[in-house]
Amino acid sequence: MSDVRIITGNEAAALAVTLCEPQVLAAYPITPQTKIAELLSEYTEKGILKAEYVRVESEHSALSVLIAASTAGARTFTATCSNGLLYMHEQLHWAAGSRLPIVMCCVNRGVGAPWSIFNDQQDAMSQRDTGWIQLYCRDNQEIIDTVIQAYRIAEEVYVPVMVCYDGFILSHTMMPVEVPKGEEVKGFLPPYRPHTFLDPERPCTINPVFFPWRRENAEGVLCDGYMEMRRKLQNGLERAKGVIAETSREYAERFGRDCGGLIWTHRTEDAEFIMTGMGSIAAETTLAADLLREEGVRAGVVGIRSYRPFPKEALAQAMGGAKLIMVLEKCLSYGYEGGVASDLKAALYGTGVDAPVVGVIAGLGGRDVRIDDMLTAARESLEGLKSGQCGNRTLWLNCHGEE
Amino acid sequence: MQDNIFKVNEKEYILPGSRACQGCGLSIAYRFILKALRENTIVSIPPSCLCVLHGLYPSTSVIVPAINSAFASNGASASGLVAALKALNRPDMTVLALSGDGGTYDIGIQSLSGAAERNTDFIFACYDNEAYMNTGTQRSGSTPLGAVTTTTPVLTKQEHKKDFIRIMEAHNIPYIATVSPAFPIDLYDKFVKADRIKGTRYIHIDTPCPPGWGYPTKDTVKIGKMAVETCMFPLLEIEDGKLRLTGRSKTLAEKGKKPPIIEYVERQMRFRKMSIEQLNQLQAWVDRRWDDLVRRAGD
Ligand SMILES: Cc1ncc(C[n+]2csc(CCOP(=O)(O)OP(=O)(O)O)c2C)c(N)n1
Ligand code: SF4
Ligand SMILES: [Mg+2]
Repeated sequence: MSDVRIITGNEAAALAVTLCEPQVLAAYPITPQTKIAELLSEYTEKGILKAEYVRVESEHSALSVLIAASTAGARTFTATCSNGLLYMHEQLHWAAGSRLPIVMCCVNRGVGAPWSIFNDQQDAMSQRDTGWIQLYCRDNQEIIDTVIQAYRIAEEVYVPVMVCYDGFILSHTMMPVEVPKGEEVKGFLPPYRPHTFLDPERPCTINPVFFPWRRENAEGVLCDGYMEMRRKLQNGLERAKGVIAETSREYAERFGRDCGGLIWTHRTEDAEFIMTGMGSIAAETTLAADLLREEGVRAGVVGIRSYRPFPKEALAQAMGGAKLIMVLEKCLSYGYEGGVASDLKAALYGTGVDAPVVGVIAGLGGRDVRIDDMLTAARESLEGLKSGQCGNRTLWLNCHGEE
Repeated sequence: MQDNIFKVNEKEYILPGSRACQGCGLSIAYRFILKALRENTIVSIPPSCLCVLHGLYPSTSVIVPAINSAFASNGASASGLVAALKALNRPDMTVLALSGDGGTYDIGIQSLSGAAERNTDFIFACYDNEAYMNTGTQRSGSTPLGAVTTTTPVLTKQEHKKDFIRIMEAHNIPYIATVSPAFPIDLYDKFVKADRIKGTRYIHIDTPCPPGWGYPTKDTVKIGKMAVETCMFPLLEIEDGKLRLTGRSKTLAEKGKKPPIIEYVERQMRFRKMSIEQLNQLQAWVDRRWDDLVRRAGD
């Protein structure tokens, strides 16, 4: 008998974490993540989850606690978003640089100033270059499945994983979710094998100062310099592409659900107009695509599940037949354009896919992203394509003010 | 209590060739700290002179396991070690967070306060060289009034240092002590004692620093002794709220007389621009604190 429950995204996350049996937790409250911190407190106090839960005084400390705990050999978890994630910034780099398989949920929310507690993806986007894997979820089922997969991926490539899902839209919305059995999760997720030890028998100083050049150790062996270590982190993320895809495949075999690995697609086989994005906004574009199909437009959707590593090969392949691409995203790089649009254009460069890419900035600070608005933007861009007026440009969806 | 040097653990945990300066007060203190805490110790290190002392990859002069943390993080990093050791069922280990004054008084105060409020089972030791030495002697919240630093180069520091012992007392932790490498047996004993206590233990170490304070490298022990002698740096213990003066400070209190700080101040180049008013202010600050400690110790 499968265990299907109607639960919020945050509860799905907390249940998934519990199934993965982390040994050390640390979290600090911030809307809309708070419920995870509360639920995990409840589970540990009731003994449902046997873990040390450190009730820290800040997000910076939350991640510092996990960095030390993970180095000492414990499986770890935290969750945050928005300004909490920004406050962790220094430690995000530290965790990735230390190659620690920490798993974190980022319940995407806009960042201040001005304050907004509502959803967009500027928080995670602004941490793009910290060396973390970022996976985005479409619905609450994917939250459970992705958290479980995240531990396996992280512990395979020794790179921390951020599981991102949209604040309120998923975190506070109830959906039916199938909860896997503990035994099955154990079968899928082998125990954590730390890569370093804090052992008096083999004393070492972890993360000391590095020189720019390589140096010999006491035995005369030439050891990495800073730059070699950085290159290894990059290789770890490159290798993660295969691991993310393979983990997704194996999960699908065992649990019967496939989140798609690096990307997922919707009606793309013959699609000439492709919409793309991350998280729940991408899921919503599938409705727009279906409506456009009714109007005779060969529309499809490519959802980006893994934003880092960026699946450039998979995207180029999935978008091979496109005549027009539209990126819908809830974030931007001020002074330029949406980050996903930039990354996508760079990924398609030289692949032979030369469809114009229209960037659409939408839903900042929780602004409604309506299907009607998506359709209008799509129709206008398609018209522009016909008349040769459609270049690489950026639109603001459902936003007033100057052009 | 160890009454002489021959009872101190003979094993060395810092091998020859550490990266600290000649005459470094921290090096002497660290040597005796590790002797007191012995093998089963994990040290958490923030960016500081201690980080440099440990050596540059891939060699280290220290043979206890150690983890570097970010500057603001040492209290939290130690909390993570404590939590992991508990989760992994390794109760025999001592976690030592050793931070400079910058990593304690300033950027590190939040994570230290959080860890102490949770009564995390670890020793937090602040080695106080009264400035940011690693980055070249900038002012910290611990720099004394009247000292020249590279960020108080002309006017000298205008404020007194924070009374960090009182800040830690306000956390109601089970053990607080001050020590000096100029009195290594007292230092050793207090770390041995702290190691046997559960909960957060805070130990404050006065670590004279030849380049930062401006005195000859051979004088570290002398300067350390004078800090205690002039009551700039009293030796004390606070257990469950009860304060005691120890060692030389106890004798000074009993004598009821102490030398003026000028003897300490005039030996250090960092005080070369100190005015007479500043000297008097600093003396008054020392006297006030000392009187208060003597009164409390007598209560
Ligand atoms: C977040 C951050 N800010 C600044 C620095 C630069 N920094 C490294 S060590 C240091 C001073 C350390 O002073 P203290 O804690 O007193 O230790 P000391 O060097 O005196 O031993 C500073 C400012 C840093 N590493 N990280
Ligand atoms: S600068 Fe001072 S504290 Fe730092 S290593 Fe040199 S003597 Fe020691
Ligand atoms: Mg200092």
